Amino acid sequence: MRLLSKKSLLLMSLVAIHVPILFSGLFAPYDVAEQNRDFSFVPPSRIHFTDAHRTLHLRPSVCSLENSGFGQYHENRDRCFPIHFLIMGSPYLLFGVFKSNLHLFGVEAPAKIFLMGTDLYGRDVFSRFLYGGQLSLLTGILATALSLGFGVLFGTLAGYYGGWPDAVIMRIAELFLALPWLYLLFAVRAFLPLNLNAAAAFCLLVSVIGIVGWARPARLVRGIALSSRERHYVLAARLFGGSDSYLIRRHVLPDAYAVIITQAVLLIPQYVLAEVTLSFLGLGVGEPTPSWGNMLSTLQQYQVLVSYWWLAIPGAVLVPVFCSYLLLASELQPRRTAIDA
Amino acid sequence: MGCHFTKGLPALLLSSVVVCLIPSSVSAQSPLSKEELLISNDPVGHPGGHLVVSLRSEPKTLNPVTSIDISSREVIAQMTGDLIHINRFSENTEPALAKSWKVSRDGLEYTLKLRRGLRFSDGSPLDADDVLFSFHAYLDEKVNSPQRDLLLIGGKPITIQRMDADTLVFRLAQPYAAAERLFDSVAILPRRLLEQAYNDGKLSQTWGLDTSPQQIAGLGPFRLKEYVVGQYLTLERNPYYWKADREGRRLPYLDQITFIFVPNADAEVIRFQAGDTDMVNRLSAEDYAALEKEQTAHSFHVYDAGPSLEYNFLLLNLNSSLPAQSEIAKKQKWFRDVKFRQAISLAIDRDSMIRLIYRGRGTPLWTPVTPASSFWIDNAIPHPPRSIDQARKLLQQAGFSWSRNGELTDDTGSPVKFSILTSASNSQRVQMATIIQQDLKELGVSAQVVSLEFRSVADRIFRSHDYEAAVLGLAGGDTDPNSQMNVWLSTGNDHLWDIGEAHPATSWEAEIDRLMEKQLTTLKPQARKILFDRVQEIIAENLPIISLVSPNVLVGAKDQLGNFRPAALDPHTLWNSQELFFSVTVAARQR
Repeated sequence: MRLLSKKSLLLMSLVAIHVPILFSGLFAPYDVAEQNRDFSFVPPSRIHFTDAHRTLHLRPSVCSLENSGFGQYHENRDRCFPIHFLIMGSPYLLFGVFKSNLHLFGVEAPAKIFLMGTDLYGRDVFSRFLYGGQLSLLTGILATALSLGFGVLFGTLAGYYGGWPDAVIMRIAELFLALPWLYLLFAVRAFLPLNLNAAAAFCLLVSVIGIVGWARPARLVRGIALSSRERHYVLAARLFGGSDSYLIRRHVLPDAYAVIITQAVLLIPQYVLAEVTLSFLGLGVGEPTPSWGNMLSTLQQYQVLVSYWWLAIPGAVLVPVFCSYLLLASELQPRRTAIDA
Repeated sequence: MGCHFTKGLPALLLSSVVVCLIPSSVSAQSPLSKEELLISNDPVGHPGGHLVVSLRSEPKTLNPVTSIDISSREVIAQMTGDLIHINRFSENTEPALAKSWKVSRDGLEYTLKLRRGLRFSDGSPLDADDVLFSFHAYLDEKVNSPQRDLLLIGGKPITIQRMDADTLVFRLAQPYAAAERLFDSVAILPRRLLEQAYNDGKLSQTWGLDTSPQQIAGLGPFRLKEYVVGQYLTLERNPYYWKADREGRRLPYLDQITFIFVPNADAEVIRFQAGDTDMVNRLSAEDYAALEKEQTAHSFHVYDAGPSLEYNFLLLNLNSSLPAQSEIAKKQKWFRDVKFRQAISLAIDRDSMIRLIYRGRGTPLWTPVTPASSFWIDNAIPHPPRSIDQARKLLQQAGFSWSRNGELTDDTGSPVKFSILTSASNSQRVQMATIIQQDLKELGVSAQVVSLEFRSVADRIFRSHDYEAAVLGLAGGDTDPNSQMNVWLSTGNDHLWDIGEAHPATSWEAEIDRLMEKQLTTLKPQARKILFDRVQEIIAENLPIISLVSPNVLVGAKDQLGNFRPAALDPHTLWNSQELFFSVTVAARQR
């Protein structure tokens, strides 16, 4: 098992989760907003390798559904349709730029394939899950970048220069730590114009989560900067005439490197969760743009929660995603301490 | 009759002894004939039993003069009586504390005869002075009662004159159709207990939740027994209640009603499902469907009591007060075009809303009057089926066109886009908005659903007018069109699409104003119906609000509960609490 270290295993599992989400247009069979109002709350499609006569087929197939009362369906085994791979379907933009209509898999009409079932409006949960993941994970990553950027900048300034900049920055940081960010977002949302499109709502979400979160990394980086500026080699470098910016770049920041990486890996899941929470409460991006949070928000209704388990999949997926991130964080930590020692 | 001693202070004990002594002697000596009791026609039940129901929030007060919130009003309704009552089931008025009333020919004078020999729940007698005192309290500007507005006719308060111990004359400043409906839910207060506080100007502070049961008295079927903060409130049977069944047994049958406080609708359903509560006043369609499957196993039943008075609608912002250069004003150019509104209405798939949101337990609407008002609804209003083609034709006629990628554009070439505001706490309305959004996409209109917290929605609709479109719902308390005056009159406080307009912006709004004013002073119901039908036609044609769907009243109750007859009007389940009973075996077990 030395071939694959725990760390690379974790990294690979994270990649495995992120790739389909990144290429969601390709992996998702349907458009996220497409409603099939006759197929409300359809459970995940069954995939058959045998036909009605129990003959085995290599190509999997799905059978058409017949609606018998609200939320009750039965399969018609006589009308099955093979799943095709790499077929043309609804158009989409890959990475928001490249036009394409190639889908990894799909079935021909009138059959529909719902790998994770459908929601109230008959929208494909699998497609929404992939696109929603794009939004939720991207929020986490961008907000982390934002708050680490601010955190490192202010933390280094405060720690390296000390004195009044330190006092001012740290008091502001404490203010931010004490800020109830959920209510802040409520307030910010209430002041903004209503016709905020999905992209603007997304940017708002990222900036609020990111900006509010800068204080913690700033405090950590400040501590490191504070101790490293007193180190003998830094003092020596200063003696030889190294400028402030040189010292920070060459000596202080590399010292903080481990902390920054660990913080990043810790903050991403935290911020993904923040997005999920906000959208769950209806403060994130609006319908019909999916995010894991607003997909989960239908579960606030008790009967939906107990009746349609497949709608909880985005919530269940958060667990392995977070675990991978957090385990990776703890894997990264000892490496640095080992070097330091 | 049991006399309940509270575990209070000795001083309180003494007063409760006194209170208890009078009733037992009175009820033993005075035969029912001396008191003019109201005899109910409903099936005879069995006395005893303890009913447990849930309330979604704790009541704020027990004071009928100042209460506004639903929970307080629901509890107070059990503890108080009114002169003339609207039967929640038949939707007609019926005698209550007043055994009869006469209307003068000009409709300006109502002469009410009180029932004789009635007593408040503390045993003290009721007379015309109590009625006089009560109306003075409601009408006093200093008391600031929310009911005051209802008792102003043509801007002037109703005047009341006491003719003798049980005759009162109410005079109105102008004729007012169905004025007897105004007496409903105006609780008659005991002067003896409240006059001091009223004279001191402290009436609105009295009868808070900390008041001891001995200091509260009313004319309802139940009286206060115990209140435990954050947990429950228990009412006990009022031994002086003024209704009796056909066999002469004094109502109510139940010994006690306990209201337990639950945090939300889900908790309410779970408690009912677990058997902790005996009935549930409002179920969502999902809850109804889930409980329906379990009803035989759990010995409860869910009932679909038919259409409710709630109507949901899409509101386009037509407020004339907005500055001309604002973003919303540009969109109002589309909204003001009646063809645009008609096209939107035609594009909306109401049947899907009923099927998906209400699971078939609802009614599609083309006017804001729901089938629950069976007398008032204008059945001649056309129900045009959904038609995208028709909608496109209308838009074309109105000068809209479509860009190459299918986007709807107006005559200046700018794409038609607007946001639809809903309250995030109401999942059904968010769902309606989401369906509308997808429906409008077929017209090339890109609408965006924005769900905000309820208070900011209300603030934008009623005060800042800072919204483009919204999905809202209103539920009238009564079927009578008079209860909707505030919505339809251009000067009304709830004239949602253009609040606070100085004069009607369009000729049809002026026409609605005229018709509504006229029906208000017309006394013959049939003549009023013709006027109100015309109002409905105008609304259906001009669509100031685009009516969507109305949910059915869905309730549940335990099988053993007798005389349970859910009504379209609020409170759907407890309106006939005095007649509810548990079948014998259960009543015996509970005792």
